[in-house]
Order: sequence, then structure tokens, then C-alpha cells
Amino acid sequence: MDIYIPTPLRAYTGQQATVSVEADTVDAALAQLTTAHPELKRHLFNDDGRLRAFVNLYLNDEDVRYLPEKQGTKTTQSDALSIIPSIAGGGGEARYSGRC
Amino acid sequence: MSSLAEATALPELTTDDLQRYARHLILPEVGLEGQRKLKAARVLCVGTGGLGAPLALYLAAAGIGTLGLVDFDTVDLSNLQRQIIHATPDVGRLKVDSAANKLLALNPALHVVRHNTMLTSANALEIFRDYDVIADGTDNFQTRYLVNDACVLLGKPNAYGSIFRFEGQCTVFAAEDGPCYRCLYPEPPPPGLVPSCAEGGVLGILPGLVGVLQATEVIKLTLGIGAPLIGRLLLIDALSTRFRELKLRKNPDCPVCGTHPTVTELIDYNQFCGVAGAEESVREAAVKGGALPQQNGVNQIPVQELKRRREAGENPFVLDVREPWEYQIANLGGHLIPQGELAARTGELPRDQTIVVQCKSGGRSQNAAELLQARGFRVENLAGGITGWSNEIDPSVPKY
Repeated sequence: MDIYIPTPLRAYTGQQATVSVEADTVDAALAQLTTAHPELKRHLFNDDGRLRAFVNLYLNDEDVRYLPEKQGTKTTQSDALSIIPSIAGGGGEARYSGRC
Repeated sequence: MSSLAEATALPELTTDDLQRYARHLILPEVGLEGQRKLKAARVLCVGTGGLGAPLALYLAAAGIGTLGLVDFDTVDLSNLQRQIIHATPDVGRLKVDSAANKLLALNPALHVVRHNTMLTSANALEIFRDYDVIADGTDNFQTRYLVNDACVLLGKPNAYGSIFRFEGQCTVFAAEDGPCYRCLYPEPPPPGLVPSCAEGGVLGILPGLVGVLQATEVIKLTLGIGAPLIGRLLLIDALSTRFRELKLRKNPDCPVCGTHPTVTELIDYNQFCGVAGAEESVREAAVKGGALPQQNGVNQIPVQELKRRREAGENPFVLDVREPWEYQIANLGGHLIPQGELAARTGELPRDQTIVVQCKSGGRSQNAAELLQARGFRVENLAGGITGWSNEIDPSVPKY
């Protein structure tokens, strides 16, 4: 299945917008993704290995947090997993939390 | 209010209005009554930048009666690549004045309210109170959370748009029974994981696309027609020209709009987003010519000190940690190692002298200086970076 990588995280996937994995659960898909692109790990998970609160994960058009089995949800090859980051830009000056 | 009483309370259309809005009036979904609703509407545009520019122009053209504009900034030449409400002769003017000027030229009957101020926890509720719909076109996480919370507390819908490089998001937050920004993003990303300005940039037309989507939602909410983007997040990818839609759910445990809210008044959003006023204090100290406070144990030097050392022939070693394309635009003659390559290339750096680390405005170089200091190098961070150098020392160095 395809995992959609948002622009801010493409720096850690060699600029790839989608990464294909073969996995039968959401968790397994994420594990494959971060094995292939280890730098992504700290952006997606906190030190306890839990998904960071500001990262949203969608299986097709559903928020994984609201699926009954959450990250344990079964997946098929035709599913799409999307990582939705919070972006704050408004086309003003680049005020990315003062880290310019 | 009954619909009859509501209809009589709406403002009448003038002869000019009937001609100006003719293409609306012949749409059954708008019609005379809809146009009168637009005329009665009061909409607040927070920000008159990339998103606010097309948003405000289209709302003014469509016949929204009162438009509030919140901005504290002045027009800069680098804004004009996307902020189409401002023009070349406006460079240096207050954005609210420049924008009001264009909006009134487009529609002289429009009532424009200028809020030339930074939106803060102290003024947001008072400003928002007078409006029916809020359109969030701001550009940082602190103000995003502030706008959201103020909308939820006052029960005003928020036509939300945000952009990053080639990607945009649009939805309506804080509508009755709909989710809010915190339902989707309970916490902001920590500053260290927010993309730096080297990874920033935005395709100029993208805010046009997203701002017009926001304007469309404002019009629909005002008219009460169609299916607003409530509970739906529209994702726009300009590079692949793909639009996708995701379901947004109202989080019953949401701290601000949930069943047992813990946020019942506006808070300190700088603190919430982990951006203390540290950068401001650096700027203030530099202006006063005083010593700069250390940041995370790294000494900070003002641009004036680098100039003094160079003029005194001290030949300081300057390490530039920006990207090669930035170096091409402007540089201070420093040794270039992009931040991402630094850990692998420390062999190029001297251990027998202090290294002055520099980037665009001091954020990336701070990270780099912390890394080098931990590896035993003697380092200082150039506060304000090359932008500070251009502002304070040599205006011929281009800003970007």
C-alpha cells in the first residue's frame, strides 16, 4: 500500500511523496516506513514509541485514532495511509516558530 | 428571529447594488435575499498576507458589507510574489492601509475596519466579538491556536486555510457541533521539529488557491447554502494537482470544545507553542548594544561585533550553515557547510580559534553551534544572521 508523505517530512524520504510498503496493519506499515527511512522516526514517534500528538494518521479518509483497532487496524494493498502534519503557513513571512 | 423578521432586518440593496451584483441576483441560490445577507455580513480577515489578500478581495467583490482586517505588518517587496492585494508603490506602507485602499477601489460601498495590531490573548475576544465569521490567514502556530480558541469561546465559525511550499489545507473549524483546530491538532509541534525557513518557501499562486477556497466557505456560511467544509479537511497538492478530503471528527475530550473543556479563557500561546520571547530579547539587547544572553549555553554575538572584529583584522572564522542556493543569493564570505552535512564534515573546522556560526537569522546556526560545542569546538552564534547584517551593517546585502 502507499503511504503519503507530506511536504515537511519529504526531506527524510529522499523527497519521495509516496512510499510503498507491503503490510497487513497500520503499525506494520509504519514500522516498514521508518525502517526504510530511519530519520522519520523521531518526527513521527516520541521517546516512548507512541505517535506524536501533532501528527495525524489517516487510513484512507478516516482518522486512525477513531478506528476501533486504531494502529492495529488491518490493511490491504489498495488502502492508502496518509500522514497529516500541522502546517501553519499563511503566505506571510517565514515565521516558523522563530527557528529561521 | 422568524425568517420574515430576519428578512426585514436585512439592509436594502441600492440601484448600484442591483447592477453590481446582477450575476449573483440571477442565481436562485443567492438572489435578492442572499445578496442582502452578504451586505449585512461582518467578516474578519486575520492577516492580509498570502491567504488574506485573495480572500479579502473576493469577499469585497462579492458584496460582504463589513470587512475587518487584522495586520501589524508593513508591505515588503518580497510579499508581492503572492500578496496580490498589495502593489509595488505600497512597499513600506501599513498592510491594513494598503489593503483597505484596494478593497475600497474595488467596492466603495464596503465598510472596512482596520485593526493595525498584532492579535493577542488580550485583544482577540474584543476584536472578534463584532464579526459573524472569522477567516484565519495567519502564518504561525501561536496565532492559529489563539484564533481557534477565541472562535470556540465566542461560537464563531473559522474559515481556515494554511499552506506550506506546494501544499495547502482548508476547512471550517468551530462551527456549531463541528470540530475545532485542537480536535485535529491537540498540541503544536515543538519548535525543533518545525521546518526551518530553508525548508520553507511557498509557490506564489498556492495562497491564491487556498484563500479563494476560504472565501467560498465564508460566502456559503453567510448564505446558508451548499455543504460547507465542516468536519472535512481538504488537502491541496499543487505539484500533483491533487485534491483529497479527509473526515474530521469532533473530539469529545477536546480541551477547548469538548464536553468538559479545560481551556475556558485565552492562554499564553507563545508558552503553549514553546516559543518564549527569547528571540525578542536577543534583538532588544542587540539594539541597546549590550551583551547578549547565552542561548542553551552558546554565546551570542551581535552583527556589530563581527564587523568590529573584521575591521580590527582579527580575521574571525565564519561558518555559514545555510543551503548552497541561499549562499548564492547572499553571503558574508563564510565557510559553507549546510546544517544537514555538518555532523559529517567537522574535520573542515579549526579547533584553535573561535568559530562564528551564521545562518539566515540565527535559528539554524544556534542548532549548529550547539552541535559543535558538544563536540568540543569553541563557537559563537551570530544573532540575527545575515538578515541582521543586512539590516544593521550593510543594506546592499540582499534579504530574501
